[in-house]
Amino acid sequence: MTLLPRLLLGALLLTLAACTGGESNVSKGNREGILHYGNGSEPQGLDPHVVTGVPEHHVIQALFEGLTAKDPATLEPIPGVASSWEISEDGKTYVFHLNPEARWSNGDQVTAGDFVFSWQRALHPKMGNQYAYMLFPVVNAEAYARGRLPDFADVGVKALDDVTLEVHLNAPTPYFLQLMDHYSTFPVHPPTIEKFGEISTRFTPWTRVENMVNNGPFDLKEWNLNRHIIVEKSDTYWDRDKVKLNGIIYYPTENIVSEERMFRVGQLHYTQTVPLDKIPVYEGIENSPHVQSPYLGTYYYLINTTMEPVNDVRVRKALSMAIDRVKLNNTVLQKSRFPAYTITPPGTLGYQPPKLFEFDAEKARQYLADAGYPGGDGFPQLELIYNTQEDHRKIAVAIQQMWKDVLNIDVAIANQEWKVYLDNVTEMHFQIARRGWIGDYVDPNNFLDLFITDGGNNNTGFSDPRYDDLILKLAPEAKTREERFSLFHEAETLLMEQMPIIPIYTYTSNHLKHASVKGMPSNLMDYINFRYVWLDPNETDAAPVED
Amino acid sequence: MWRFISLRLLQAVPVILAVITVTFFLVRVAPGGPFDSEKAVLPEVKAALEAQYRLDRPLFEQYFAYLGDLAQGDFGPSFKYPGRSVNELIAAGLPVTAELGLYSLLVAVIIGGIAGVFAAIKPNTAQDYIPMTAAMIGICMPSFLLGPLLVLVFGIYLDWLPVSGWGDIPGDKLLPSITLGSAYAAYIARLSRAGMLEVLSQDYIRTARAKGLPEWQVVVKHGLRGGMIPVVAYLGPAFAGLLAGSFVVETIFQIPGLGRFYVQAAFNRDYTMILGTTVFLSTLIVLFNLASDVLAAWMNPRLRAQFGGK
Repeated sequence: MTLLPRLLLGALLLTLAACTGGESNVSKGNREGILHYGNGSEPQGLDPHVVTGVPEHHVIQALFEGLTAKDPATLEPIPGVASSWEISEDGKTYVFHLNPEARWSNGDQVTAGDFVFSWQRALHPKMGNQYAYMLFPVVNAEAYARGRLPDFADVGVKALDDVTLEVHLNAPTPYFLQLMDHYSTFPVHPPTIEKFGEISTRFTPWTRVENMVNNGPFDLKEWNLNRHIIVEKSDTYWDRDKVKLNGIIYYPTENIVSEERMFRVGQLHYTQTVPLDKIPVYEGIENSPHVQSPYLGTYYYLINTTMEPVNDVRVRKALSMAIDRVKLNNTVLQKSRFPAYTITPPGTLGYQPPKLFEFDAEKARQYLADAGYPGGDGFPQLELIYNTQEDHRKIAVAIQQMWKDVLNIDVAIANQEWKVYLDNVTEMHFQIARRGWIGDYVDPNNFLDLFITDGGNNNTGFSDPRYDDLILKLAPEAKTREERFSLFHEAETLLMEQMPIIPIYTYTSNHLKHASVKGMPSNLMDYINFRYVWLDPNETDAAPVED
Repeated sequence: MWRFISLRLLQAVPVILAVITVTFFLVRVAPGGPFDSEKAVLPEVKAALEAQYRLDRPLFEQYFAYLGDLAQGDFGPSFKYPGRSVNELIAAGLPVTAELGLYSLLVAVIIGGIAGVFAAIKPNTAQDYIPMTAAMIGICMPSFLLGPLLVLVFGIYLDWLPVSGWGDIPGDKLLPSITLGSAYAAYIARLSRAGMLEVLSQDYIRTARAKGLPEWQVVVKHGLRGGMIPVVAYLGPAFAGLLAGSFVVETIFQIPGLGRFYVQAAFNRDYTMILGTTVFLSTLIVLFNLASDVLAAWMNPRLRAQFGGK
């Protein structure tokens, strides 16, 4: 009678046994030069002028190349399609000399004309490119993108010949070369675009495996939706001799807990992130594969300065000073972040923001009393909203408790689904809202221009004419970096005196990286140049090695 | 019988139309839109995007345009994945989800069936209590707990099976199928136990035993056929449930199925994708229910007579 179940059990055990002993992705990848890369989520697409996200960026970075690239260790611009460039005395004219060896994957030369075409596409008013503003430093680019200038010939980009591109800027833009390594300024192959539609057609199948023509170190081999994307080394890329990887397999690892497990059993070389509660576990082991480094982003609370009771700057200061950021970081955040007191991450391109306050319970209570709520008496209703996510909730709960302990006030916290939360923030239907900002390029301007009057990402009601002048008029015309940074310093001081935001922490990037992965140094942008990445098959344990 | 089927199909049309209408307007009422993002979007850019998706037209015009497209089998373009159609996304996800559903059903029937039969053979003994307790735990244990537990044991401690993926590494389909199938296995165990208990108390079983047949032949040859009827009736709705409810398992094991697309679509306000998957799945559920009704009618002689069939 027990024959049938026995047989079945035996069959199951046989199946299981057959599955064991297989070679892991990592050791197979090390042998074959294939990087198994946890990429966060499934890319929405691979068209550089359509997509907006980080996972897209990681794939596009391998497939395409802009005028410049970045040195992964220093983030300084290095040659991409352009092998050299000159900047005029006044900083407003750039001449790029393109590498005559630069090739599209079909063998065509990458020309200056291709860039003119591509930038027209990136800026085309019908294209709906959300990152069009990356090219706005170029003369007339904004007018063209907003549909106020019909003729692209009036935009400040010209192909002088096949290998010379001249660009005119509105103002000296010290970070302009960095923008040339952002995918929204990358070239696309004009005949391929036109084969599948017009210059401004947003949805065409040109990015499919069988159609794509690209100019980066890798070519698209396979794109299996929600399963993996495979790229393999290009044999037309100008710097192909330096490319060491034979290919990369990108996995959509939306579930970060699963991603960590995949790493643990050798299915991945590299994870996009590490679950917070796993950080102490990995920190506790010797030669930990956990790599953490400062990241160009700030986590903060937005304050709607038009609403009671936070329209009073003293209340805002009381709330901000009552938060013990060091304690928050050491407990809830597992020491994985850096306490922040300003919007600009310290050390952004050498800029040191002012630190105007710190945790001070006495002073916080004094501010609250001055505002008319001594000991928290009569403090009106106040609500903090955040988008639904476990980490945001933990932080909000901790801060809610700090406000209760220090100021004796009860602040309600509420989570909202992502799109609902975005809608409420944009419409300013909130009193306090969680917010994060990740820099697109390494420059204080990228953080400080958030809070210009009526800026699209301001959302606080903060408005100061002097601040607007500093950011929009004076800083762009500054002659030296010191002068420019001192103007930023003044602006940030103005901002933090008014406190329309409560900075909480500076982001860090956290990854698990197998010891065999080389040429991938940590940096502020969490930037990887796949051209330089290689795998060392002799490294078998999961310990990271300094690059 | 044919009249019954065509009548039911006709009844399905208003049901699905109602699903489309309610879904279409509900998703539009939800705050936030497909093009809201953390970084502010230029008004001109947003207008250009809305024009590309006909969102600049009046809502009713959009509704009828959508119905028109749908009539031609076109679910429209996806918002979240520019350049891909919803048809394409469903076509990519469905085979995976269907395969997962099928394997899970297999797991459910094998494990559940054996446990149920086992329990029914010696009711109210340890042989009954142990599998039935396990079944109760199986029903109560959510897949978001069972999945990670199985991964921990078989994927990490024992290192026998891959912890995630689908069709990438040999054996990676096993854990998801067991995770998704186990809750259904538990139901099937209870159903088959009840079915078998009833059958085993019948006279013809006593006759079989009296003939001196070995017990396993009595159970397998004579008992199973009747005892499994409730299980068979349950399979149709179970399969539909597996298809629509595999989201959690697909997330745990990073499986590129339909369930993940569906839930992501709702979070992204991917209007066409929400509508497309809802319409598709509700059609599927209507069809499966119809199929199981037809099967039930065919198996039950009294019902069959009522429809005038043979």
